[in-house]
Amino acid sequence: MSGLTRREFLGSSAAAAAAAAATSGGLLVGCTSAPAAESSVPGGAALGPWIQITPDGRVLVWADKVEMGQGTMTGYATLVGEELDLDPARIEMIHPGVDARFGFQNTGGSDSLASSWLPLRESAAKARARLEVAAANRLGVSRDELSVDDGRVVHAGSGRSLGFGELANEAAALAEPRDVVLKSPDQFRFIGRERPRVDAAPKVRGAAKYGLDVRVPGMRHAAIVRPPRRGDRVERFDAAAVLGMPGVTDVFEISSGVAIVATGTWQARRAAAALPITFARGEGPRPDSVEIRREQDRLLSEESGRAARDEGDVEDALASSEQRLDVRYFTPHQAHAAMEPLNCTIIPQSDRVDVHLGTQGPTAAQDIAAHILGRSREDVFVHTAFLGGGFGRRVFPDVVVECAEVVKHTNAPIQLVWSREDDTGHDFYRPATGHRFRAGLAADGAITAWDHTLVAPSLIPSMGEDIAGAFGPEWMRGFLNAAGGGLAKVLPRLVGPIMALEGASDQPYAAGSVRVASVLHDPGVRVGIWRSVGHSNNGFVVESFVDELAHAAGDDPLEFRRGRLSEHPRHLACLALVENKANWGAPAPGRHQGVAVYESFGTVVAHVAEVSVAGSRIRVERVTAAVDCGRAVNPDIVRAQIEGGTNFGLTAALKSAVTFRDGAVVESNFHDYAMLRMNEAPEIEVHIIESDAAPSGVGEPGTPGIAAAVANAVFAATGKRLRELPLRLDA
Amino acid sequence: MTIAFKLNGEAVSLDVEPELPLLWAIRDELGLTGTKFGCGIGQCGACTVQLDGRPVRGCLTPISSAEGRAVRTIEGLDPNGRHALQRAWVELSVPQCGYCQSGQLMSAASLLGANPEPSDLDIDAAMSGNICRCGTYGRIRAAIHRAAEIVREEEGVS
Repeated sequence: MSGLTRREFLGSSAAAAAAAAATSGGLLVGCTSAPAAESSVPGGAALGPWIQITPDGRVLVWADKVEMGQGTMTGYATLVGEELDLDPARIEMIHPGVDARFGFQNTGGSDSLASSWLPLRESAAKARARLEVAAANRLGVSRDELSVDDGRVVHAGSGRSLGFGELANEAAALAEPRDVVLKSPDQFRFIGRERPRVDAAPKVRGAAKYGLDVRVPGMRHAAIVRPPRRGDRVERFDAAAVLGMPGVTDVFEISSGVAIVATGTWQARRAAAALPITFARGEGPRPDSVEIRREQDRLLSEESGRAARDEGDVEDALASSEQRLDVRYFTPHQAHAAMEPLNCTIIPQSDRVDVHLGTQGPTAAQDIAAHILGRSREDVFVHTAFLGGGFGRRVFPDVVVECAEVVKHTNAPIQLVWSREDDTGHDFYRPATGHRFRAGLAADGAITAWDHTLVAPSLIPSMGEDIAGAFGPEWMRGFLNAAGGGLAKVLPRLVGPIMALEGASDQPYAAGSVRVASVLHDPGVRVGIWRSVGHSNNGFVVESFVDELAHAAGDDPLEFRRGRLSEHPRHLACLALVENKANWGAPAPGRHQGVAVYESFGTVVAHVAEVSVAGSRIRVERVTAAVDCGRAVNPDIVRAQIEGGTNFGLTAALKSAVTFRDGAVVESNFHDYAMLRMNEAPEIEVHIIESDAAPSGVGEPGTPGIAAAVANAVFAATGKRLRELPLRLDA
Repeated sequence: MTIAFKLNGEAVSLDVEPELPLLWAIRDELGLTGTKFGCGIGQCGACTVQLDGRPVRGCLTPISSAEGRAVRTIEGLDPNGRHALQRAWVELSVPQCGYCQSGQLMSAASLLGANPEPSDLDIDAAMSGNICRCGTYGRIRAAIHRAAEIVREEEGVS
């Protein structure tokens, strides 16, 4: 089970819930009920689930995988434009509402383009076939005399042509062909080309609408005061003390804290800061980072864990090895820190409710708003705005729960905006993890034994929270949530922290014997998925430890990897490309290089980091990356994502950590939870391996390896092996 | 109290509390949403606007300090969205999620206004107050250089 991806997990949760329902006499789960009305345009003819064409020739494509910066809209427009022979820049990309035709809508796992590569092109090719047949009928010619050019179907023989818009209704009335022939790669005009992003223009004019930008008449603004410690409760608050403040209209308790409603965002925030409030201690644990680290260390000493991979006899192999290593690595909690603080706007009306937010999971948002407001799902319309960063945080619908509760109390249009402090202090954090590696080397440098034990919590409880019910029809919601909640309690004990093992249990290096095991340890922190999930930790520890082995073997770190990856040609190709492009072995004067190569989400990325060290200061000067993501649909977006993923990983490598003290998060805002800035961002060069394989994702794979590449370069510079993030030389 | 100032070239007046931050005056009172809220403590630059041509953090600037002055937001950077920086940003596909880019552009516009040919160090100094969580820094740097080049080319032509 260790290879379970998020998508498979979500799917398997639904399947488990469905199975549970079936055995208890319920009906099968399969469709989420939702109206199609919000995912169509007036007068638009639907040609398949994604594409609509209006009579005036606009081509609209529904981005059921949401745009949070990773370039989905550009990728979708490229795939559709390719099969329609239409410039992707002329396609209008729109986020759909919750719509059964898209199934359970959730964006994550770097799979948006990978999963749509064939279906979207097929759908577009079928749309084109129908447009051509409609034109052939209208013109009284054979379809094979027709061609398509710039939104028109053209009969070259007679010089006549018809626009897509003129043909759309007739085309939509035709039966969809069962089979179509997709373009072959040598026919590609847009796929594989450097093309501008389709969403850049509104984003440079301040015109792109994020959740925070929704404005409706009479809208009021809410802020929430929450207990700083998860599990604590509101004990007492003095509403009267702030009700007199300018603009404040309501102060009341909701499930997560106390809501302040005011005429403006700032007025609500000011009153929240002034509210006299005390909290009562809850029953739950009070996580503390020092304690967590100590406990992880103890478990690594005392527990052998549950094996996810067990090949050969590691103990025997260790005993007969020429050299043995036994080291520990640790990673801290991390917050997502998307630039747009979480927010949600809900507009209640007598016959409908409109929910506006940037979300990776609109299906769950609809379900929750409907449930809390006592409406039917079909009366709740989710409008997905542009996301001001997602990184996994916007999968979780907690802000919808809060906003819906405020709306339930006020029955008014409400915009709830979290503060940066709320965002830092109440996240679904990347888990802190502990790792013990034991390995043996033979005299010739062969890895005789590889034994990796990690300590981590399960992500399943938080991923199941409030989401399971949205997988089935509305009437099963309660049951599914109960089943999901039950599963979330049982599953971690049955399967261990499976997502913490990705990239560890399947580490690619050849070794005589391999054991990878996990110890489940839940210190009570609300954890979640954070750009590249388990890979974000394992990229650091696995690729740092391999570097230790290389140095112990007296080998060049890149050569050492190459020698043990003979069965992984894509890794080898990335290593060779980065070796060449980074000028491996010949860094600029005063600089030192470190390498890492790592696969995640079907994509392999090799990084070479070039760093300089002055005293305790680590400066990453330059990063060279090589990426194999199958066919690059848009090479420029591939590069942008690897650049961005690398910088995201550098923040975690060099800058930030979330610290728990007595149950509360110490850090609060960017002054103490620091992000990489312009003056610290290295020059990044990304090189893409030519490939005919189907595309794999690029949103996350740039992140996992970079911390190790930097740590390995720091070792090259100083001889100091840093085994803990963020990397600190002064310790 | 009534505060009168120019917003993107047009005279506006607001009857609000003098300590209301410029960011929220622009967003909540005047309805221009291109200027973003990111941190509220002047650490991220998402709310950067120009006050008499100089970059300020809207979240920390009380509206009273705009009295009689000129405020420029991303919506006012260019009437047609064709400022050299905006063109360079599109040409180099700088934005990812795009949320921070209004602030990035307003900081960059202030830089170019004062220094038409900034060096990398000048860019570091002017732009390090603006966080981009998507990590578009390399492209922002390249786009500022490109915008400077566009301005030079067009001035050379005219």
